[in-house]
Amino acid sequence: MCLAVPGKVVSIDDSADPLTGLIDFGGVQKQACLEYVSDVKVGEYVIVHVGFALQRLDEESALASLKLFEELGLLEEEFGDAWEQAEKEAGTA
Amino acid sequence: MKYIDEFNDPQLARRLLDEIRATATEPWALMEVCGGQTHSIIRHGIDQLLPEQVELIHGPGCPVCVTPLEVIDKALEIASRPGVIFCSFGDMLRVPGTDRDLFRVKGEGGDVRVVYSPLDALELARGNPDREVVFFAIGFETTAPANAMAVHQARRLGLSNFSLLVSHVRVPPAVEAIMTAPECRVQGFLAAGHVCSVMGMAEYPELAERFRVPMVVTGFEPLDILEGIRRAVRQLERGEHRVENAYPRAVREEGNPAAVRMIEEVFEVTDRNWRGIGRIPASGWRLTDAFRAYDAEHRFDVSGIRTEEPAECRAGEVLQGLIKPTECAAFGTTCTPRTPLGATMVSSEGACAAYYLYRRMNAPAVQTGGSAQREEVAPVA
Ligand code: SF4
Repeated sequence: MCLAVPGKVVSIDDSADPLTGLIDFGGVQKQACLEYVSDVKVGEYVIVHVGFALQRLDEESALASLKLFEELGLLEEEFGDAWEQAEKEAGTA
Repeated sequence: MKYIDEFNDPQLARRLLDEIRATATEPWALMEVCGGQTHSIIRHGIDQLLPEQVELIHGPGCPVCVTPLEVIDKALEIASRPGVIFCSFGDMLRVPGTDRDLFRVKGEGGDVRVVYSPLDALELARGNPDREVVFFAIGFETTAPANAMAVHQARRLGLSNFSLLVSHVRVPPAVEAIMTAPECRVQGFLAAGHVCSVMGMAEYPELAERFRVPMVVTGFEPLDILEGIRRAVRQLERGEHRVENAYPRAVREEGNPAAVRMIEEVFEVTDRNWRGIGRIPASGWRLTDAFRAYDAEHRFDVSGIRTEEPAECRAGEVLQGLIKPTECAAFGTTCTPRTPLGATMVSSEGACAAYYLYRRMNAPAVQTGGSAQREEVAPVA
């Protein structure tokens, strides 16, 4: 949960309140609230935590982080099925 | 060097390590506050790559782990009620309450849902006007802007069936509690990078000065952590105690002012109990009076809860950096991720879970018969 994942802003919905955009996290795409980085532009990178963009990030470090997160399976941990994981941990899967 | 080839830039990692080795002439103990950093450290074996003089002490920065048992029990009680949709981040599902967890409550028929963002919970409230939707609002300063926005929106939309069960915590008072504890050995801090992305660095110079400890704002990728350590050790060797930013690509001096404004509109500072640690003054946030109607503890009567911590769990000492998980007699024996006694064994950021997952099973108390396979450690119930 504490993981903040970098992603690329794919599109911005100006009519949404709070301001919302589609973010690409190395293939997984999710909506995120952009209200706290409201002057961000399509194509820029942001750090997203529990569905909220918290800061901008330069492309190079964003891509490096994403690659590492993917290798470590952290993206799966963040976006995967939590129930499945809980079942596995409980030994009931 | 065991794990170094797995680093995203092994050469740079080697250089940083060489520099740390060349700089450290005395033994130093540094605390990483953030649970995400703890996992990164253990996962990459950073603690084992460091020269002997430099010790890393794991801090209390796992929000799941420090959520008090009483609040977990309240969550379980609310989630069991008919008519309630209880929403939580996935990390909370297996955190043990006094006699069960959210996973069990769902099995018993409770409507427990995992959400990715508090705004998803808000959507559920809009779509289910005849149900009470409760969101489990835990976390440090990184999660607070999201939870604040959710409740702010709920009020704006006039949603009367949405509430938060709040257990928010703040890092600086925890740092103070650690430094004033009589057994404290911490000489420097790796401050949690993403907390500072939101709050900025203004809260730290006073702490660094008062306790004469270097505080280096650090990210949680392996190279970030090595760089944080390198700078903290350099300060210690020079007798300095400053706040330094080793994570400038994500942290600005002022943090994120828009996010801080939203937090301050919705929350006010309050004392909080930390699981295993106890009460820390001014260490949390609660909803202000203006938002009291969205406080699940006001909406549902959850008084009269009796909690019981398992006596053998030493998570409180683990969270304060007083012992390593492997020094707990239950570690890997009666306490495993399948049979957790404390939250630090189930949270994805918990120190006990990190040691278990990455096979630091070399504790004297643990009989693994030479095999450190996590599935093979038989629970001795
Ligand atoms: S190993 Fe288990 S019992 Fe021991 S401190 Fe960690 S969570 Fe508690």
